[in-house]
Amino acid sequence: MAVDPGPMRVPPLLTDLNRDYWTGGLAGELRILRCQDCGLWLHPPTPVCRRCLSRHLAAEAVSGQATVAAFTINHHQWSPTATVERYVIAIVDLPEQADLRQTTNIVNCPVEAVYIGMPVTVVFEPLADVAVPLFEPRDR
Amino acid sequence: MNFDVCITGIGSSAIGRVLHREPVDLAIEGCMAAMADAGLTRDDIDGITAFHIEGSASVIQVIDAMGLKVNWFADVGYGPSQVTALFDGIMAVQTGRARHVLAFHSSCEGTVRQALGRGGTIPGAATAIPERVSGPQEWWLPFGAPSAGNHIAMYAQRHFHEFGTTREQMAQIALVERANAGRNPEAIYRDPLTMDDYLSARMISEPFCLFDCDIPIDFCTAVVVSRADSTSGLRKPPISIEAMSTACHSRLSWDQFDDLSTMVLRDVGADLWRHTDLRPSDVDLAQVYDGFSFIAMAWLEALGFCGRGEIGPFIEGGTRISLDGELPVNTNGGQLSAGRKHGWGYLPEACIQLWGEGQARQVPNDPEVAVVGTGGGTFAGALLLGRS
Repeated sequence: MAVDPGPMRVPPLLTDLNRDYWTGGLAGELRILRCQDCGLWLHPPTPVCRRCLSRHLAAEAVSGQATVAAFTINHHQWSPTATVERYVIAIVDLPEQADLRQTTNIVNCPVEAVYIGMPVTVVFEPLADVAVPLFEPRDR
Repeated sequence: MNFDVCITGIGSSAIGRVLHREPVDLAIEGCMAAMADAGLTRDDIDGITAFHIEGSASVIQVIDAMGLKVNWFADVGYGPSQVTALFDGIMAVQTGRARHVLAFHSSCEGTVRQALGRGGTIPGAATAIPERVSGPQEWWLPFGAPSAGNHIAMYAQRHFHEFGTTREQMAQIALVERANAGRNPEAIYRDPLTMDDYLSARMISEPFCLFDCDIPIDFCTAVVVSRADSTSGLRKPPISIEAMSTACHSRLSWDQFDDLSTMVLRDVGADLWRHTDLRPSDVDLAQVYDGFSFIAMAWLEALGFCGRGEIGPFIEGGTRISLDGELPVNTNGGQLSAGRKHGWGYLPEACIQLWGEGQARQVPNDPEVAVVGTGGGTFAGALLLGRS
């Protein structure tokens, strides 16, 4: 299980639309909404498929593999109760579909080790009643 | 010109980090100043609109406070940038809803943020951090990424990665704007800034340091938008609106956007030139959104002043974008040095320069055409202005 240095984390308000994404990690799965008619992955979750306008949508587990598309090393302490240690915020590409991405943190490696193109794998961090999907280097 | 609409006056309230005044009080001050600048009285104003968010005055407060009798009014939130109310005001005049529209935005973000303290607000907004997060921040706050700066920093990093852009190049936005602010008595930060200062400043979110980020303030900016056939006898030569774009052909998402080295302003920058015979080479100065330095770079690139990916070399050394350069940028100090006016500072500064009222910061090239780009991230809108 990931041990994050501890940036400010505010848990999401769970809804019928987002519950699968935020709680899939409790079962060890990264779950992304998918159109059951045309197959398009939809993230963030939406009530309709933006390609075929189908309302027949359901979350499915993805591989949990990803590639760092962009990142920043955060230095600023946004909250008086959060750590002042640096941490990495990143946008990662999921291999399941072009331009299917998510914002996350890269953990379990020195911040200097992160680079664009880095292969990463999902890990989950418990937060209140959800599991936050974070990513760590695939080759650890 | 494809608009029968022009800008006839601008106004500002007092501006400061923390003024301890009410948003509506600042709004009245700004609106009165804009009316006086245009040479209009209260009875001439028959339309009014405002950018109304947390910590700002509503148009209804101002209508009532000033006893206005209007034929058109609208409180406006976000749309194609924070100045959507201004775009709507232009369209209201163009469609005959009103002859003279006041468009304003006031904010006490500086006061609110000081009162709530660090960690007490969502960065960039006068909004308290919630216990549970929903809406767009749902995808930021669980990851310790509360600021638009974190996300713009990732775009900057991606631009650096793809095109070899450097922090020394990006520094020129902050350095040139600070030099301009030194000539603007209303700017917040006016002391000279050197490359050494910039490179040794504390980092916020790489590649951004402290000087790449703007600062919350208290202020009101107001603009008078008038019908072109209603400007005789006014104080100022009207500023014509040569073109306007609010195009959006992409996903309005911070992380699902198709090209992470730019933003939706790319669509606006390309679309603006479809509405005019003017070209980027006709533009004498640019006032472009700089909530974070990289956004200004992305705007200049999107508007076609240089090729894709070439903004680093374009601004290197700072000469080209300085007051006496070929394309002066953010001549009042921008939001980095003159304060976070939520996008409402750019059009007034363009007008000041076109009217030749810049005093110590007046550009020397007798400008006739100015471009204004507002917004960053998931919204953007642009105007091309001309001296009639």
